[in-house]
Amino acid sequence: MTDPNDPNHAAVLPHLAVIGAGPAGLAATVAAASRGVRVTLLDSAAQEGGQFYRQPAAELRARRPQALHHEWRTWERLRNGLRTHVDAGAVRHLTDHHVWLVERGSEGFTVHALLGPEQEEPVEVRADAVLLATGGYEKVLPFPGWTLPGVVTAGGAQAMLKGALAVSGRTAVVAGTGPLLLPVATGLAAAGVEVAALVESADPKAFAGRTGALAAQPGKLAEGAGYAARLLRHRVKVLARHTVVEAHGTERLEAVTVAALDGDGRVRHGRERRIACDTLAVGHGMLPHTDLAGTLGCRLDGLAVYVDEEQRTDVPGVWAAGETTGIGGSALSLAEGHIAGRSAAARLRGTEPDPRAWAAAAKVRDRLRAFFAALDSVYAPPAHWTEQVTDDTVVCRCEEVTGGAVRQAVAELGAGDLRTVKLLTRAGMGWCQGRVCAPAVAGLAGCELTPSRRPFARPVPLGVLARAGEPESD
Amino acid sequence: MVGAACALYAGRAGLDVVLVDRGPVAGGTTGAGEGNLLVSDKEPGPELDLALLSGRLWAELAQEFGAAVEYEAKGGVVVASSSGGLAALERFAEGQRAAGVVAEPVAGDALYELEPHLAPGLPGAVHYPQDCQVMPALAAAHLIRASGARLLTGHTVTDVLRAPDGPVRGVRTDRGDIHAPAVVNATGTWGGELAALAGVPLPVLPRRGFVLVTEPLPRKVRHKVYAADYVADVASDSAALQTSPVVEGTAAGPILIGASRERVGFDRTFSLPAVRALAAGATRLFPFLEQVRALRSYLGFRPYMPDHLPAVGPDPRVPGLYHACGHEGAGIGLATGTGRLIAQALTGGTPDLDLTPFRPDRFAEEAA
Repeated sequence: MTDPNDPNHAAVLPHLAVIGAGPAGLAATVAAASRGVRVTLLDSAAQEGGQFYRQPAAELRARRPQALHHEWRTWERLRNGLRTHVDAGAVRHLTDHHVWLVERGSEGFTVHALLGPEQEEPVEVRADAVLLATGGYEKVLPFPGWTLPGVVTAGGAQAMLKGALAVSGRTAVVAGTGPLLLPVATGLAAAGVEVAALVESADPKAFAGRTGALAAQPGKLAEGAGYAARLLRHRVKVLARHTVVEAHGTERLEAVTVAALDGDGRVRHGRERRIACDTLAVGHGMLPHTDLAGTLGCRLDGLAVYVDEEQRTDVPGVWAAGETTGIGGSALSLAEGHIAGRSAAARLRGTEPDPRAWAAAAKVRDRLRAFFAALDSVYAPPAHWTEQVTDDTVVCRCEEVTGGAVRQAVAELGAGDLRTVKLLTRAGMGWCQGRVCAPAVAGLAGCELTPSRRPFARPVPLGVLARAGEPESD
Repeated sequence: MVGAACALYAGRAGLDVVLVDRGPVAGGTTGAGEGNLLVSDKEPGPELDLALLSGRLWAELAQEFGAAVEYEAKGGVVVASSSGGLAALERFAEGQRAAGVVAEPVAGDALYELEPHLAPGLPGAVHYPQDCQVMPALAAAHLIRASGARLLTGHTVTDVLRAPDGPVRGVRTDRGDIHAPAVVNATGTWGGELAALAGVPLPVLPRRGFVLVTEPLPRKVRHKVYAADYVADVASDSAALQTSPVVEGTAAGPILIGASRERVGFDRTFSLPAVRALAAGATRLFPFLEQVRALRSYLGFRPYMPDHLPAVGPDPRVPGLYHACGHEGAGIGLATGTGRLIAQALTGGTPDLDLTPFRPDRFAEEAA
């Protein structure tokens, strides 16, 4: 194996660090490595694939892992491409590397990582440029009972299915909003779980008004139709324009109450029904991971990293691709990763890239961005979801801050934005640094969800921090 | 914080107070502070006098707000790293005692009874029981609420209104004019900008500081513990990065680690060298911190004035304009005394302290 930090290696080819081995990072790695650039690919997981192509642990010896994935051929092509470049020494793939900081210096970048699962031992990788493909994470809004054991995130349920080939629980309800709920419901049903209901707060009629961007993606519509057929086959009851108002149970989840929503997004009282279940998979969409970009000083556009046509951020030498630049699924991530990898390779080799070379990918990218923008306006939590959050509902789980405490900070202490609520209540100050609760706190405070500054993308031991970036730590 | 304290004491002196801020409550340096109420780092002189007055007032307010503002009379422990350093520290403490500070020398063994997890082999320390802590954002919010002042957040002051013959008549904001016979400039690091709107110079400069916050832990650091070189850094005029570890546990569990100082303007870029130096200093003092994780770090801009003293009191150049800013890293601690002095000045009372050293126009004379 070659060492990309070794200056004697490979006639000092330019070196790109790609962070994240999901669809965007893999596409970028293969694109750049094919074009004369050394790549170090870092990811926190034990195998490549990210959340989308999450693979069963090797020791489970899954016979047909593709049963849980679509676009299996795309995945095989990417994986084989990665292996070819790794074998040829053009790519170094660092698994179990948890990146906590990317530092920009006068002579390039240093990627600071912790070696997983303990995350105590530091690793530093120097590179001429970095490509952030850090993906997204799930947004979950609180409701009474959401902290009960048995309530999991929709993405968490899917990760269990893909990674462990198993789920706990026999009867599940899948709830919230967003395109992720469909594969979660069908996946659970296929794994033998009785899916008692799929509770989606969006209104199916809302799709009708946005046919333009949606119809431009016949593949995506066919995908949706495929899910619909599978839901039917597994006899999953779909409750559109419904929401979960409460999860019940003493030791763990026993049932949920769901209610219909009126045209304004308010719960119709008297129309609640109780559904027995031991698992509730709930999700309200995705948010981009932007911590590394934020600390590098990259401009954010709303909650996502700003990129230009070549997927460059506004910080020289930093590219970004995939859901860190906006939520849009795997096909969009692949297109963005491909463009970013080609652009980075050309510019690192001192040439001006020709956008015509990736015209096909750019076309896919533009169409999918329009498609997901339309989708995003359909899949929205109920407009008045905060009315379900009682004063004793825990909103910030790390610091155990209740809905009542947030409301008090707003009403009595003059907080009107996320940061002030955090300062006055500690909501968002704990282990997850507000990644989970920020959307909920913003909703309760009646303010906009703004990106928080999180200098460290994950907690770092002070002993590691005290020596980070010192020359002898190589 | 200083504005909140001014509003509280002015309101309690019977004045009708409007509190204007372009951001939210505690949105400036207050929200980025550790909440130090220190006497230990101050040499005898006007700042120490203000700190002692402020400490007494904070103790009074603690009766009223105690738990809500997380007031804690935890005491400070200033640690020397060498025997030479200890001798210098003890001489410094002797001067402070003469000025009314309680400063108790602590020999090697007794030090580990005060702070059992300190690195072994330290020669000694000085214990300052008067050092305290509050949670600054909570303190500001609760003082404002108790002040009865009308709070206008999200209002940016765009001009200071003055009568043709000179005296102030109020302020103009982006959301309308506010008329008042007196305007108190409690804009901290941005105090120079507000003074400029009134047509007078006030040299307040930003001095950036980072704070590191760890995961929550059971109480292992009992006092506010810092190395003796902190005092030298506070008093320094250098623009370059200086760090001296200040380590303390909090009521909520995390350990806070300060304090870096550098004059880099209002640059909000994360600085690994600054934060790395904080971590290195803290782990030298408390080796157990090596394995403890930092969850986050934040930065703020201390309002620095060239002689390290704040501007407190009426501005003789503009009748009706009062300044209460430039407290550098001590604004939380000095807020109460400042608020009391401003209220006394506003109501024509006799100030508890001589305001001469804090005169806002003291720099203009030097420049002239």
